[in-house]
Amino acid sequence: MATTASFIIVSRNDIPIYEAEVGSATKREDAAQLHQFVLHAALDIVQDLAWTTSAMFLKNIDRFNDLVVSVYVTAGHTRLMLLHDSRNDDGIKSFFQEVHELYIKVLLNPLYLPGARIASSHFDTKVRALARKYL
Amino acid sequence: MIGASKIKQYSNVLEKPLSKGKQEVSLSAFAFLFSELVQYNQTQVDNIAELERRYGVILLLQTMFLGPWAAGSEIVHNQLCRLEDAGYAVGARCLELLCHREKGNRRETRLLGILSFVHSTVWKVLFGKVADSLEKGTEHEDEYMISEKELLVNRFISIPKDMGTFNCGAFVAGIVRGVLDSAGFPAVVTAHFVPMEGQQRPRTTILIKFAEEVLRREARLG
Repeated sequence: MATTASFIIVSRNDIPIYEAEVGSATKREDAAQLHQFVLHAALDIVQDLAWTTSAMFLKNIDRFNDLVVSVYVTAGHTRLMLLHDSRNDDGIKSFFQEVHELYIKVLLNPLYLPGARIASSHFDTKVRALARKYL
Repeated sequence: MIGASKIKQYSNVLEKPLSKGKQEVSLSAFAFLFSELVQYNQTQVDNIAELERRYGVILLLQTMFLGPWAAGSEIVHNQLCRLEDAGYAVGARCLELLCHREKGNRRETRLLGILSFVHSTVWKVLFGKVADSLEKGTEHEDEYMISEKELLVNRFISIPKDMGTFNCGAFVAGIVRGVLDSAGFPAVVTAHFVPMEGQQRPRTTILIKFAEEVLRREARLG
């Protein structure tokens, strides 16, 4: 079953530091920009919602046609955002938790400036592998 | 190799588990490293020419008109900024790691929550004990103080008389500022010596002054 899924990590200052198309559907040129647009539009909602709860996983905060935005906010207010069309909540939660651990490992690098782009190819490989596993 | 142990070699740091590992680090090793850090900062700005090159004519004029003491306080201020920035980087990482390990992925959204997180969890992991006290300032609504009889980083440091206001606890103040800032509670954090009667060494107080937006948001959240 082909799924569309777009994954973005946005830092505390609303700057995307990592993005990837992780769905198994074929990538279309116009769809990629649309996905990014929808995810950025959802940032406002996340900002308000993040202060009302102390949980990290916020599910289904926004919809666009049949695509749903789910967000996972870390302690340092780094947002892991996923745009998808499936309804697999548990899978998405596990995916977010695993990526969160990867992100912490990247952050612990003393030479990594918090808020800078994550350019590591290992990180990219692992995120895509996790997406294939959970989504 | 002598005593080659069977440590599992990971091909990439991203494969290593995030488990707690060995909790303790040698105090003497840390004290040595910290003293080198302070000395490194001191030698960065040790003459007026260096100041001028880095900060331009304005500072040179200030030095000329107000005298060398003004330059001295600038030097102290710059060293404090650098120590604090070093602590800030530690604090930002501490927050993420400790929330993941200790608090089972629950974020802090309230002021008292994040303050007690700093006061107990962060202090316990970094210094092996909770901080001595957490107090609310009486004069201003936005001031809080964490006090410690003797900061671990200051234990082997003595400040000469001519650098009276310099406190190496600025490093710890930077850590606290890193934690608070990353969690969304911007604040100005400074370390002060508070002389106590009956005791030879003064107590250290970390003074936290929150920004306006934090108080406004707290009031809005009720």
